[in-house]
Amino acid sequence: MMKTLAKRLLLLVGTLLLVTILAFVAFSIIPGDPTSSILGVEATADQVAALREKLGLDLPIWQRYLHWLGGLLTGNLGESYNYAMPVGQLLSTCISYTATLAVMSFVLIVVISLPLGILAARYEGGVVDRVLTVLNQITMSVPNFVAGLLLVYVFGLVLRLFQPGAIVTPAMGWGSFLGYMFFPALAVALPRSAMTVKLLRGSILSELGQDYIRTAYSKGNSKTSALWRHVLRNAMIPVVTFLAMTVADIMAGSIVVEQVFGIPGLGKMLVTSIGNRDYPVVQVIVLLIATIVVVSNFAADLLYRVMDPRLRGR
Amino acid sequence: MMLEINHLNIAFPHAQGHFEAVKDFSLTVEEGQVIGIVGESGSGKSMTAHAIMGLLDRKQVQVSGSICFDGVELLDLSRSQMRAYQGKELSIIFQEPMTSLNPTMKIGPQVEEALRIHTKMSPKERKARALEAMALAGLPQAEALYHQYPHQLSGGMRQRVMIAAALVLRPRLLIADEPTTALDVTIQAQILDTLKEINRKEGIAILFISHDLGVIRALCHHVVVMQQGKIVEAGDVEQVFYHPQQSYTRRLIASRPTRTKLKAGGSHG
Repeated sequence: MMKTLAKRLLLLVGTLLLVTILAFVAFSIIPGDPTSSILGVEATADQVAALREKLGLDLPIWQRYLHWLGGLLTGNLGESYNYAMPVGQLLSTCISYTATLAVMSFVLIVVISLPLGILAARYEGGVVDRVLTVLNQITMSVPNFVAGLLLVYVFGLVLRLFQPGAIVTPAMGWGSFLGYMFFPALAVALPRSAMTVKLLRGSILSELGQDYIRTAYSKGNSKTSALWRHVLRNAMIPVVTFLAMTVADIMAGSIVVEQVFGIPGLGKMLVTSIGNRDYPVVQVIVLLIATIVVVSNFAADLLYRVMDPRLRGR
Repeated sequence: MMLEINHLNIAFPHAQGHFEAVKDFSLTVEEGQVIGIVGESGSGKSMTAHAIMGLLDRKQVQVSGSICFDGVELLDLSRSQMRAYQGKELSIIFQEPMTSLNPTMKIGPQVEEALRIHTKMSPKERKARALEAMALAGLPQAEALYHQYPHQLSGGMRQRVMIAAALVLRPRLLIADEPTTALDVTIQAQILDTLKEINRKEGIAILFISHDLGVIRALCHHVVVMQQGKIVEAGDVEQVFYHPQQSYTRRLIASRPTRTKLKAGGSHG
């Protein structure tokens, strides 16, 4: 177990190192020069050369990479070209929005899908199950930005539960901040919740057909107690893995949904910075998202082992 | 009379007419008796066992006739009334010890589950009784096994865990549905010895179901031979073994020594 863990950790570090290289190289070879977005197109060649030297862009790419990596390891994330401030400082406000959005989305997915999945499976073929199947199909096939636009229209413009485009900061009170983040989080959570309901329902139903459930009944369990005591833990194994992978999906989803709701989070900053060729910012955001995805996959692997005793000790 | 089955019929309603799995089946089991049901796959013997245990899906299967236990008509009971008998008066062990245990639950809680459902024992009392039942089922070092998971045990050990779980509340009748079919021959003999001893020591009646008349002969006093849902022959096990009246029974006996011969028919007995 400890050996596997150490191996996985090593792999995790290796993956992240690879991501730093990819993030750095990719944004260094795409066309466009940061100097032109800073100085404008009418800058003289001398001005451009001076700025390139100042930003360190005249050095060979491997030197710039090592310099950047060294900075990362010592806590220096670099400086934004456009905002003339340290990247860390620039991103800290964005992160509070995106982190809130991601956590809320995740909580919503769990809170929505676990009870509904269990309910649909417990009363398979019943009214709730059939209604959920149809709703699932619809929700799953609607991309989250469309769900976002619909939510903005219905709850923002028609019902006026929030003001579209207005930004609420955490400083204005956590209650109103969380309220502000609710609908974006819902937009991110809906498609994924539908998938989780479908997966959990199927997983429970397949476990209910297993031999050990017959054994449970033969001991005098009711359907409900067989479900809670025997089925759920087994049925949750694939769902937990799926939920951990959902974290990656939430990160991707929040980039789009932040645009729709005008939230000044990481996703919005990423899109803006790519447009501005503000590579120091882009690289750090990409690395951050990759880290979250890799770490959540690692967590899924650990959880899998905790939940399934057959995998322990391997 | 402890268990009295009269004119039992089990049918699956189907678009193209009924499929009758069991037809006009009658059998009595008295306290402490060991009765065998023998027949090839698909002869309806497992279906009969499931009907006695109340494990058939009432929405999909039509059961008629009478299954009387201690004078109570089990077929008239509601599902929740039937649960009072399951694991308490009636217990069952199955053919597949590999899949009949919950893979994510430790052995201990699985053995003592019937106690948790039917009694108000404290966890400590439950554990003591579970260890007792595990010893009776021939499991050495029950204390260590208590904290293990099913995948850490061999097939024979798992079947013993199933036996311990079935015995934990000292039921009056234990139904053994092909309990040794999935195990190799030496383990099979040991399990049969254990069942014999349980019958002798605890006085628990056993309804033993098998496709193998030799196995039945090693254990049972009486035997019922089933073919296509019907009883074709019944009587004292030695009588049936040495003087079979039906050609079907003779074929069952003849098929016995060549253990490698493939079973005909479907997977359900």
